[in-house]
Amino acid sequence: MREEILAVLEKNSRIDLKELAVLLGAEEIDVVNEIAAMEAEGIICGYHTLINWEKTSIEKVTALIEVRVTPQRGQGFDSVAERIYKYPEVRSVYLISGGFDLMVILEGKTLREVSAFVSEKLSALEAVLSTATHFILKKYKDHGCEIVQKKEDEREMITP
Amino acid sequence: MKNLLSDVVVNIKPSGIRKFFDIVSEMNDPEVVSLGVGEPDFDTPWHIRDEGIYSLERGRTFYTSNSGLMDLRKEICSYLSRKQGISYDPAHEVLITVGGSEAIDIGLRALVNPGDEILIPQPSYVSYEPCAVLAGAKPVIINLKAENEFRLTARELEEAVTEKTKVLILPYPNNPTGAIMERKDLEAVAEVVLRHDIVVMSDEIYGELTYKGEHVSIASLPGMKERTILINGFSKAYAMTGWRLGYACGPADIVRQMTKIHQFAIMCAPTTSQYAAVEALKNGDDDIAQMRTAYNQRRRYLLNAFREMGLECFEPYGAFYVFPCIRQFGMTSDEFATRFLEEEKVAVVPGTAFGDSGEGFLRISYAYSLKDLKIAIGRLERFVKKLREEKK
Repeated sequence: MREEILAVLEKNSRIDLKELAVLLGAEEIDVVNEIAAMEAEGIICGYHTLINWEKTSIEKVTALIEVRVTPQRGQGFDSVAERIYKYPEVRSVYLISGGFDLMVILEGKTLREVSAFVSEKLSALEAVLSTATHFILKKYKDHGCEIVQKKEDEREMITP
Repeated sequence: MKNLLSDVVVNIKPSGIRKFFDIVSEMNDPEVVSLGVGEPDFDTPWHIRDEGIYSLERGRTFYTSNSGLMDLRKEICSYLSRKQGISYDPAHEVLITVGGSEAIDIGLRALVNPGDEILIPQPSYVSYEPCAVLAGAKPVIINLKAENEFRLTARELEEAVTEKTKVLILPYPNNPTGAIMERKDLEAVAEVVLRHDIVVMSDEIYGELTYKGEHVSIASLPGMKERTILINGFSKAYAMTGWRLGYACGPADIVRQMTKIHQFAIMCAPTTSQYAAVEALKNGDDDIAQMRTAYNQRRRYLLNAFREMGLECFEPYGAFYVFPCIRQFGMTSDEFATRFLEEEKVAVVPGTAFGDSGEGFLRISYAYSLKDLKIAIGRLERFVKKLREEKK
């Protein structure tokens, strides 16, 4: 049941739990317990809203930053990753295979704010060897959701 | 010009679906929500579309062989062997058609002689009866019953068989009822079929959409492959209705004759669609699983909603339709559907569009997002309440 609960919640975390139970053909109490257990186990880490900020008057800048770092003795990449992800403006930090080590996704209000973070905070960390900052110009799809266009139902109204 | 038209064609009555379609189109009201479609709401999965596009880019724009691409026929055989445990010879026992619909048409034409009887269980898809008539056969309707969950029983079959019976059409999983036939049901039917030497046309276009165990094909039962035309296609399983691609598998003798008609009438199924279909069969299992999960959730949602509003409905385990009973309101299916459309602006199809035995029922499709279903169900609830008030 967990897999199916997660599949539904991942797409719609606001679903009514009674309705979720109906969809899964399960008892509501079982669904509630299962979700509570997954929250306790850290499987479900949070419930967020996917926002297309471009449609608001709020300015946001998102940057992907490739970071090369020196791993620390005994701790690998974890301690330097932590020093980075503790900053609230950092949205995500991933350890990456390939040409660099950490992928940092940063959200700021302005270009200048992001630049300031990179030059003053990120690059200033001792373990950080280099950074390459990519600004996001347009989001087409985010979290599995196509942002650009919504399609109308083009099917005929009645078909055999 | 005196007798301009063919009497046979003129005498075929237009589909009940068409009538309703016309009413809805005339209303042309953006407020109307429809639960009336018989095709998936999903887009064809991208990797399948991409393969179609790629085939065009590569200039694969020619006819294929009459029977269809050998690669596709091989993939179909491997699919049927994997899923149903039936082994077909791709060279002689498979024909790629323009949708399952063409397979129904040419299959019947290849089988019957004037006066032969074709048994058609109803409610069922609207094409069987006219295709039987056009083939020069006599359609014999078997009226299925709600108390049997619209399954075909051996007894009903036995009662309909005469010495002229040639073909039994077996439309499961069923449009419009959502009924399925499980192995035990099929075994009982197969026994009668074998005893009376009948050919089965098994329309399994919804075979991938079952919600209670895996679909069983009657062709997989002992002695049945030799007397069954198995029809399937890509429309429902892979959300490929517009690609118009289906297939028929059966004994080489029958397929050879079907291929003859197909060759003269159609030449070959669309080439682009055939290349896309190869990809669908090779890498489409996950897509089917995902769509099936979504359909199943909607199915449960609808059944629960009907239960809550006191609308009687047997639990259908196949296709993407539910078939609730509206007899308690003392109206015909047509009256109910017409008023529901006019007063609440929801389009559903009256059960009678699929045969007289659909009287008292509605076909409701759940090939819609949950969001759309909720809007429609809200209106249905209001309508049902209103009808109950009126009756008081």
